[in-house]
Order: sequence, then structure tokens, then C-alpha cells
Amino acid sequence: MRTIDLASTSLREMNELLHKQNAGTNETQWEILNPKGRHAVAVGVDAPLNIDIKGSVGYYVAGMNKQANVTVHGSAGPGAAENMMSGKVVVKGDVSQYAGATGRGGMLVVEGNASSRCGISMKGIDIVVKGNIGHMSAFMAQTGNLVVFGDAGDALGDSIYEARLFVRGSVKSLGADCIEKEMRDEHLEIIDGILKRSGLNGVKPKDFRRYGSARKLYNFNIDNADAY
Amino acid sequence: MCGIVGLFIKDAKLEPRLGELTSTMLATMCERGPDSAGFAVYGAPQQGKAKITLQSPNPDADFAGLTADLSKAIGAEVSLERKATHAVLSVPADKAQATREALRTGHPKLRIMSTGESIEIFKEVGWPTEVASQFELAKMQGSHAIGHTRMATESAVTTMGAHPFSTGPDQCLVHNGSLSNHPNVRRELIRDGMTFETENDTEVAAAYISWRIKQGMNLGEALQKSLDDLDGFFTFVVGTKNGFAVVRDPIACKPAVMAETDQYVAFGSEYRALAGLPGVDGARIWEPEPATVYFWER
Repeated sequence: MRTIDLASTSLREMNELLHKQNAGTNETQWEILNPKGRHAVAVGVDAPLNIDIKGSVGYYVAGMNKQANVTVHGSAGPGAAENMMSGKVVVKGDVSQYAGATGRGGMLVVEGNASSRCGISMKGIDIVVKGNIGHMSAFMAQTGNLVVFGDAGDALGDSIYEARLFVRGSVKSLGADCIEKEMRDEHLEIIDGILKRSGLNGVKPKDFRRYGSARKLYNFNIDNADAY
Repeated sequence: MCGIVGLFIKDAKLEPRLGELTSTMLATMCERGPDSAGFAVYGAPQQGKAKITLQSPNPDADFAGLTADLSKAIGAEVSLERKATHAVLSVPADKAQATREALRTGHPKLRIMSTGESIEIFKEVGWPTEVASQFELAKMQGSHAIGHTRMATESAVTTMGAHPFSTGPDQCLVHNGSLSNHPNVRRELIRDGMTFETENDTEVAAAYISWRIKQGMNLGEALQKSLDDLDGFFTFVVGTKNGFAVVRDPIACKPAVMAETDQYVAFGSEYRALAGLPGVDGARIWEPEPATVYFWER
């Protein structure tokens, strides 16, 4: 295992080391010490590495991640796993605003709570939050799945496209064009698969309710012309 | 952008370290606000005395002979402690208003940073760690402190445009964000007798809170009301003689994270600002909710 101590190694050196790893590397286990809220820890990794970050991080941890499994043993600041392409990012604590924003693939697991705008403009990522999510989550979410064990804040799924939102607790309010939808067998299977891959348990797919787009904002309605 | 740090000490054993801890916190926020910095420190009040913190662009000339001149004007003893471009005057508490008037009429070039029993405000243009070291923040002691690093958006980069803003005795406010209705609020406050030193939006927020407190509200109520009356982006951290408060606008774009232990309550724009605090690993750490007032008082 390789250990990088950010108390003695610069952030840039650490990220360069991680970027040098490729698909065939033998150095697959990495441990990062003393992050102390630093930004951009382990961004842009593109190799099948297991990276353990021992402490809390700042903005954009594991942003643009491809292939790697990144675990934050602490909390993360804004933009955790932003624009992730593949791989898995697990945050043991809480995440700040816009976690998983614009993510295209892979899985983000938050074992604590997520703040506002979780999954904003998500484009294929799967996000699992064990706690609650804040207001304006899944704003303009396009594809992918957001699974929330706890409650959702105001304006969930505002202007949503085709992402699927599964919430087990209460939803404070739904955003424009977001509605509750029927939970069919295919959706229970999707949740079951996501829960298995997330490594979290203790909940059943049928505990969740499904929310998605009413598809009323897709086309301009001529009756609304007077409003413009 | 802008960076905010704040530390409200609950365990008096930590009070000698207030300046040192605040200075370490402020240093982590340099990139968020590289153009100017400032801080308010609430030290131990002296029985029967008020403190007035002044700033001058020509401190050598302006502070020479100032105490003698003011003593004569107010008919009481005045002492002065110089700290770089600032000076802290100590005057009898019942002469604080008379001293302010004597400063305005006799020394209009001197800028008044704060007045109160325990507050001292220091702020200057420049890289935050350099601003902090010129005033020897690390050596200061007290019960609570609020610091700010500024990246200007709404008004010019000047000493007076730096935060904190103080618009009432022992009150101060720092702000990350920008207000969109500050000209209207300013006009209403001026009509009601409030005065302003700058064109800055944050000064309007500070004056708004002072105005509400003057009407008899406590700090918590004043901040609750600000959510109805101030429009724009804001995370505010506010100090009074005994109080420390935080509020974010309903959209809550401007970052904020807090930590609380038995020894202190701490605020940072980012977790980096809190990472060096004693016992932070065991602290309760959370992100303040939007449109929610957090308020501590000793």
C-alpha cells in the first residue's frame, strides 16, 4: 500500500502521482493522510485504484473520477464526486452542496446527510444517501438514480428530465414539473440492484416512493404565451 | 467569494488563545478573499470605560497629540494604544459619545472602526495574513472574534470597504455574498436616522441589524426579520458584546460550516478553517440550514 501524507506532500504532487497510475498498475491501494479540508483531493483519477482518504476534505473530492474506488473517512465539502464518470465514491460523513453534480456514471454513496442541490443536473450517476438531502436536489436531473433513505428538502426534482428519484422519508415539497409516480416491479429491481452495489442495508426497496418528471415542461404550451 | 471565520469561546480557559486560534483560522481563508481583511475581537471590558478603535492613513501625524486634544474636548482622561494604522482609545463610558463627536468635528480624517465596552475592530487592504500580523492578532485575547477575508464585488477595495462593519456599540457584522436591495433599505434607514460611512452593501445589513436592535429586538429576532427584508445572497456572522449569530439566505449558495464542542462554537466558510481547532475531531460539525438563525449568548 502507498501512503501519502498531505502534511508533507503537496496536493499537486499527490494528484500527479495518482494520475500516473494506469489500468495495469500494481499500486492499487492508496491511503491519503491529513487532508484537513483541502480542495480537489484525488480529482481526475483514471485507474482501478482503491483510495482511502483519512479525514475530512474540502471542495470537489474525487471529481471527474473514472474507475477508482474512493472512500472519504470523514465529511466532504461542496461538489463531492462532481462529474464522476465511473467507479465508486463513498463518503462516511456528510457532504455539502451539489454532491454528485453532473455525474455521468459510477456510484456516489453518502453515509451521512447531503446538503442542498444534491445530484443537480445528474446525467447517469447513481447516488445513494443514507441520511437526508437538502433543498433543490436533483434540479434539472437528466438520467441516473437518486436513492434517499431519509427525507428530502424543498423543491425536489425541479425541472427534472428523466432521472429517477426514490425517497424513503418525507419530501418537504416537489419542484416544478416533478410528481410522485407509480412504483412498478422494474423500479423495485432497480433499487434492489443499487442497494446491493452500495453496500448499505437495512432498508427494503418497497419502503421507497418514486418521483420523476410530469413531462409538462418538455414542450412549449401555446396557452401560456400570454405569460411571456 | 469572501471567507469568514468566527470563534465564540464557552470555556474561559481558552480565552487567552482567542487571537492565536482566530489568526490560524483566518490564514486558511486567504484565497477566498485576497484583497483585504479584518477582524473584530471582543476582549475583557474595563469597568466604567469604553473603547473606540480608530484608523488613519497617516497614523504618525494623526495620532500624535490626539489624547491631549481629546481630553481637553471631553474634559476627561483619554488613553491611546497604537496598533499599526489603528489606535484603541480608552475613555470613560459616559464620554464615549462626546469623544466620537469631538473626533468628527476636530479630526474628520480619522476613521472610527468601532465603539463599545469590549469590541475592537482592525481592518486593512492587503493579503489577510499580513493584515493579521501587522495588528498582532495572534497575541490578542478575549471571549469571541469574527474575521473576514474580502474579494470585493459591490464596492471599492478600500480600508472602509473591508469587513467587519460596526454600526452600533459592540456590534459587528461580516458578510459573504451580495445584497440586491441595499439602496432601498439604505434610504429607509437614513430616513429613520441611521448614518453610513460607505457605499457598501454589507454596511446596510449591519445598520439594518443595529436599527432592529435599537427598536428593542434581540439579535436573534433582528436576524430573523432580516430574512424578510434583505434580498440577495448572504451568509452573515454577527457579534454583540455577549452574543454570536449566524444566518444564511434561503438559497444558501454561500458556504458555511460550523463546529461546536464544550469549549467553543466555531464558524468557517470551509472546513479548512476549523481543521486546526483543539478537539475538532470530536466536535459536532454541521452545515447551517438555509433561512435559519443560529444564536449563542453568554
